[in-house]
Amino acid sequence: MKKEILKLRGVKVHFPVQAGVFNRVVGHVLAVDGVDLDIFRGEVLGLAGESGCGKTTLGKAILRLVEPTDGEVKYISQDDDETELTSLEKKDMDPFRKKLQIVFQDPHSSLNPSFTIFGSLQDPLKKFGIKSKEERRKIIGDLLEAVNMRREYMDRYPHEFSGGQRQRIGIVRALCLEPELIVCDEAVSALDVSIQAQVLKLLMQLKKEKNLTYLFITHDLSVTEYLCDRIAVMYLGRIVELCDSEDLYNNTLHPYSEALISAIPVADLDKQTKRIVLEGDVPSPVNPPKGCPFHPRCPKATDICKTEVPTLKKYSTNGNEHYASCHLIDLPEIS
Amino acid sequence: MEDKNNIALSVRDLKTFFYTNNRCNKAVNGVSFDVEKGKTLCIVGESGCGKSVTAATIMQLLPTLSRIEEGEIKFQKDDKIINIEKLEKNGKEMRQIRGSDIAMIFQDPMTALNPVYTVGFQISENLKYHTNLNKKEIREKCISLLNDMGIPLPEKRVDEYPHSYSGGMRQRAMIAMAMACNPKILIADEPTTALDVTIQAQIFELMDKLKKENDTAIILITHDMGVVAELADNVAVMYMGNIVEAGTADDVLRRPTHPYTKALLESVPVLGRGKNQDINPIKGSTPDPYNRPIGCQFAPRCNWQTESCDVMPEITQINETHQVRCHKYEQFFEKYK
Repeated sequence: MKKEILKLRGVKVHFPVQAGVFNRVVGHVLAVDGVDLDIFRGEVLGLAGESGCGKTTLGKAILRLVEPTDGEVKYISQDDDETELTSLEKKDMDPFRKKLQIVFQDPHSSLNPSFTIFGSLQDPLKKFGIKSKEERRKIIGDLLEAVNMRREYMDRYPHEFSGGQRQRIGIVRALCLEPELIVCDEAVSALDVSIQAQVLKLLMQLKKEKNLTYLFITHDLSVTEYLCDRIAVMYLGRIVELCDSEDLYNNTLHPYSEALISAIPVADLDKQTKRIVLEGDVPSPVNPPKGCPFHPRCPKATDICKTEVPTLKKYSTNGNEHYASCHLIDLPEIS
Repeated sequence: MEDKNNIALSVRDLKTFFYTNNRCNKAVNGVSFDVEKGKTLCIVGESGCGKSVTAATIMQLLPTLSRIEEGEIKFQKDDKIINIEKLEKNGKEMRQIRGSDIAMIFQDPMTALNPVYTVGFQISENLKYHTNLNKKEIREKCISLLNDMGIPLPEKRVDEYPHSYSGGMRQRAMIAMAMACNPKILIADEPTTALDVTIQAQIFELMDKLKKENDTAIILITHDMGVVAELADNVAVMYMGNIVEAGTADDVLRRPTHPYTKALLESVPVLGRGKNQDINPIKGSTPDPYNRPIGCQFAPRCNWQTESCDVMPEITQINETHQVRCHKYEQFFEKYK
């Protein structure tokens, strides 16, 4: 039986837009606009979408690095205790910070250049009660070895490492508190292809060893297909399709996912397909289009798309649950 | 062999070195390739392999600490052959070629456009220096260029500043600028790396169209094997300043013969192959350019390394189109027969 680790209900993150002499609020950037999502223990959930669709903001809202404007984020512990994270005081959040960690996108800017690796990584351990320095050095040393780096590296400074090595240090930072869920925010996007594969393999190996759950945020759908069990596709702050990773490629339901998949260059001469070229750019999230947010770019849009906002409905493909929000899907809805 | 008249640009044994702190970085160390008219040559490689320096060398846009050490860059201009490497960097002839005959699209459209001039002004600069059009004609040409690039309301957009353009539109404005004088060669240095996949698809569609309509030769620099599979007619794979394998897209992608090309292809997950595909990372990382391996540059990361790899292998011609720089190529090529 699959058990949830996180339940998101109606999560919204709106950033105010201020203008004028008195900094009046003239509008809101609807970065995340009502997301319902369950993350199960031990799975890899991919979160894909173009830049500006709100995937990073959603990842940060889960950890409360960005405060959600509205909605619930529920953490369910191994003993089935539910805790609502968004209403907690800052101080009460601490034990959950230990369980939920993040690996940031840019390995060059996420390490402080004036501290050694040990200096940077020991702080969370100190905070969570590992008092002896020897013990902290041992924990960090062991983890460095687990990511195929040398124990002695902890006394070096970040500038002495290459991009791939720094990203592995970022992974060690996330791992040192033995978290249950790691949000990987574009964790491999800044790396060269040969290094990217090393980090991907490492992430998969660590997942098996430490029984982790990943929320893997990326714009690269070929990586999600390789890595993820389920994939959620986001567009303008909403999830438009959520299903098993194989179904997303073989039984695509939403026209946006279809266009996104066809636009990815495939390094295989036998698998070349016709590109579906979308017109124009992603609309501004300050002023999203009425009706289905995708309709101005959608090649299949009809009249109903211009007026009514589609909701995420449940379908079944290949015997698996498959959620999509589009008016034009022929399949019977499952309640 | 190919028809000589078909070749727009021919580079032979090009070496570009950088000199800093009394050390020498052999960024491009003996590169040879031909670019045919109306064809796309993709130069693939990881960061630091010298692909952008090769492009900058052809455009003579190198920084002052570097120089072209050896080699030839032959550019065919109206039946005349010009040796670009012999021209003065800022001389009259080079300035005439740069921008009009050979144009370049840069990686980052956010920094390559000047924020204090309108997009129209920046496109018209090219036309002002390289053509005899008057002001009114230049403006009309600008508008029609923007229109060709698929920018909505070009009459209005031409007077706007880069900050009011989105990323994809800025890149299209850059392409408009590069295409203003109908160049014979277009060098695109990672033109879509900073863009989303859906915008990338739009840009590729546009480049394909330009290639077909104007018979432009395109040099596309990229690190993404997927892009190569979609766009390339010919491919050159670079590693640490050398071309390790070159050939048609078919040769290189279907019959990769150099261990590095093979490893590159195996290290990226391919869409549609599902979860069970096996990806194999390349061990180690690219060597320090000041402390290079002797002999074959890829040897320390290669699974098939032997003693013979201590000597730099020569480029070997496997068949008419396919070249490789590896001692043991026969062993790998055998399998494809």
